[in-house]
Amino acid sequence: MSQITVGDLVVELDEDGFLEDHKQWTVDVANYLAKTEEIEELGEEHWKMINYLREYFDQFGVAPMVRKMCKDTGFDQKKIYELFPAGPGKGACKIAGLPKPTGCV
Amino acid sequence: MAKYKLPKPGELSSSINYNPPAKDWMDIPVEFKPATYPAAAKEKDLLTVGFPNAHQWTPEDEDWNLPDGWEDTVIKGIEERLSKYRSFKLFMDVCVRCGACADKCHFYIGTGDPKNMPVVRAELLRSVYKRYFTKAGKVLGRLAGARDLDADVLKEWWYYFFQCTECRRCSVFCPYGIDTAELTIMGRELLNLLGLNINWIAGPVAACYSKGNHLGIEPHALKSNIELMIDDIEDITGIRVNPTFNRKGAEILFVTPSGDYMGEPGIYTCMGYLMLFHELGLDYTWSTYASEGGNFGFFTSNDMAKRLNSKIYAEAKRLGVKWILGGECGHMWRVLNQYMDTWNGPADFLEVPVSPITGTRFENAKSTKMVHITEFTADLIKHNKLKLDPSRNDHLRVTFHDSCNPARGMGLFDEPRYVIKSVCNNFFEMPENTIREKTFCCGSGSGLNATENMEERMRGGFPRANAVKYVHDKHGVNMLANICAVDRAAFPALMDYWVPGVGVTGTHELVANALVMKGEKERTTNLRGEDLPGKEGNE
Repeated sequence: MSQITVGDLVVELDEDGFLEDHKQWTVDVANYLAKTEEIEELGEEHWKMINYLREYFDQFGVAPMVRKMCKDTGFDQKKIYELFPAGPGKGACKIAGLPKPTGCV
Repeated sequence: MAKYKLPKPGELSSSINYNPPAKDWMDIPVEFKPATYPAAAKEKDLLTVGFPNAHQWTPEDEDWNLPDGWEDTVIKGIEERLSKYRSFKLFMDVCVRCGACADKCHFYIGTGDPKNMPVVRAELLRSVYKRYFTKAGKVLGRLAGARDLDADVLKEWWYYFFQCTECRRCSVFCPYGIDTAELTIMGRELLNLLGLNINWIAGPVAACYSKGNHLGIEPHALKSNIELMIDDIEDITGIRVNPTFNRKGAEILFVTPSGDYMGEPGIYTCMGYLMLFHELGLDYTWSTYASEGGNFGFFTSNDMAKRLNSKIYAEAKRLGVKWILGGECGHMWRVLNQYMDTWNGPADFLEVPVSPITGTRFENAKSTKMVHITEFTADLIKHNKLKLDPSRNDHLRVTFHDSCNPARGMGLFDEPRYVIKSVCNNFFEMPENTIREKTFCCGSGSGLNATENMEERMRGGFPRANAVKYVHDKHGVNMLANICAVDRAAFPALMDYWVPGVGVTGTHELVANALVMKGEKERTTNLRGEDLPGKEGNE
C-alpha cells in the first residue's frame, strides 16, 4: 500500500496502485495515475473510456466485462491496449478509479 | 517503490538452485523476496465476515501489530483443532521423513527452496506442535525437532502457507497418505485467528458473503452480463437462448464460478453452457443468490467455507428444484464432493439426479445431489444426444490440464477427456507423470492468483508449463483445455510467460463451438469471434 499526494488531496493506493477508496477519485487523480501507467496525456478517447467505466460502475457496482467494455465503447481490445498500455483492468479501470476485482479473474 | 520487473524465463529457470543450504532449516530465517507473496487482507473485509483480530498491516512491516496474548490464541487454536480433526493429529504424528514428497511440489520444483518441500512445510507447524503437545518436544526441545512459537515462526508460517496451493499432489506420493493440504488449511486457520489473511482471499470471501459471489457481481450486473452473451450467441448462431434467473419450480439449479460470467476466456465457456442447455431444452435456472460455485472461504477456515457453501442447498430448497448441476470449477468440486454433504446436508429435499435427456441416474451424486457438468455432457454424448461437428475445432491442437481438485478430490479423469475428444479431432496428452492424479498445479490455486506475487506464480506454474511446452514442441499443441475458473484466469499469464502461442479454454467452449444447434445459421466464427477453419474472410 502507498499514498500519493495530488494537489491538497492525499490518496491511498493498494498494492497494485488501485484507489483504496473509489470515492477519492478526481480528474486530477486520473491525470496523476495516467502518468504512472505510461500515458503522457489523457485525450478524448481516454476520457470516453474513463467516463463510460465510471458510469457503468455507478450503475452496476462492479467493473464491466472486457467484452462489454469493447461493445459499449466501440474500442476493440487492441485499441484499449493502445490507449491504456497496462490493459482494460490494470490500465483503464485503475485510472477510472474502480476497485480491483478479486477472485477467479 | 520501484516497480518490480519479472525476470526473463531463462533467467528465472536458471536461478533455481536445488543444492540444499549448509545450515539446518530452523537456523535459516524467512526472507520475504519480492513478488513471491500476496498482499495482506484488508481490515474491512475481515470485519464483513466477523473474523477475529481484523487490523491493518503489511507483510513488509517489522511489527505485524499482533494482538496481546497471540501466542496463547495460536496454541489454543492448535489444541482445539487437534481434538476436532483426527486427520490433523494423525498427520502431525505419523510422518517418518522418508522424503517421498520432497520433490513432488511444484513450488519446490520452481523455487528450490527446501521449505517448499511438503515435508518441511509441514514441519514448520509440526515443530510447534511437538514443543507444546508432545512429551519429547517439551523435554528435549530442539533435539526432538521442537521449537518455540515466536513472531518469526509466525511470519515463516504466513510466507509458506500462502506458498502452497493445497493441490495435494504430494499426498499422492506419501506412503502414509499425509495430506499436506490439510496442514496448510490448519496453518491458514491459525493465522486467520490473528487477522493474518491475504487480500486476494479475504476480498472474495467478503464479496461472496455480502453480494453472492467472489467478484461482487450483484443480481442486475449478473443478468446484464448474461444478456450480453445471449446477444453474442445470437450474432454467431442466429439462435436466441433464453435462460431464467431465480425461477421457482425449475427442475435443475445451475451453479458455476463467478469468473465464468466475468473473466476472459471464462465467458466463452459460460456461453457454451447457455448454448448446450438451450439446445437440450433443459428446465434449469440460474440463481443470483447462490451465484458462486467456488468457495474462497475454504482458503481461510472450514467454518467460513461452510457458511459460504450453505447458500447452494438453501437456494435449491427455496426454488424447489430436484437436483443441482455444477459448472467448470476446481476447488468448488473438492468442497462439494468431500464436505458439502456433512457441512450443510443432508439434502433430503432433493432427488438423486437423473438426466432428463438420457434417463441416466447419477448414483455417484446420490448424497450430494450435485452433478459435474462434464459427467452430464459425457453422458449426453455417450447416448448420442448431441449433433457435433468437431472439424470446427480443427485449427486447435488441444491438451487437457487436470485441475487439481476435480482430479485428486473426486477422481474426475475420463469424463472431460471423453468430452474433449468428441468435440476436437486433435488431442494430445501431456506426459504421464504430469496428468490425472499426478497432475501439476497451475501454481495459482487456493487464492494465490493475485498480481503482486507474480514471480511465485510463474515459479509454481513452471512444472505444468514445462509439460505443456513438451506437447507444444512435439505435437504443435496450441490450446490448453481445463475445467477450472482459476485455470482460465491464471493460465493465460503462465502460458504467455513460459510457452507463448498456447491459448487457454474451458471445455464447454470447445463443446459449444462443435455443437450443431437445431435451426442455426451457417457459423463463420467461433465464440470468440474468430474465423472458423475454412471460413476465413467470409465477412
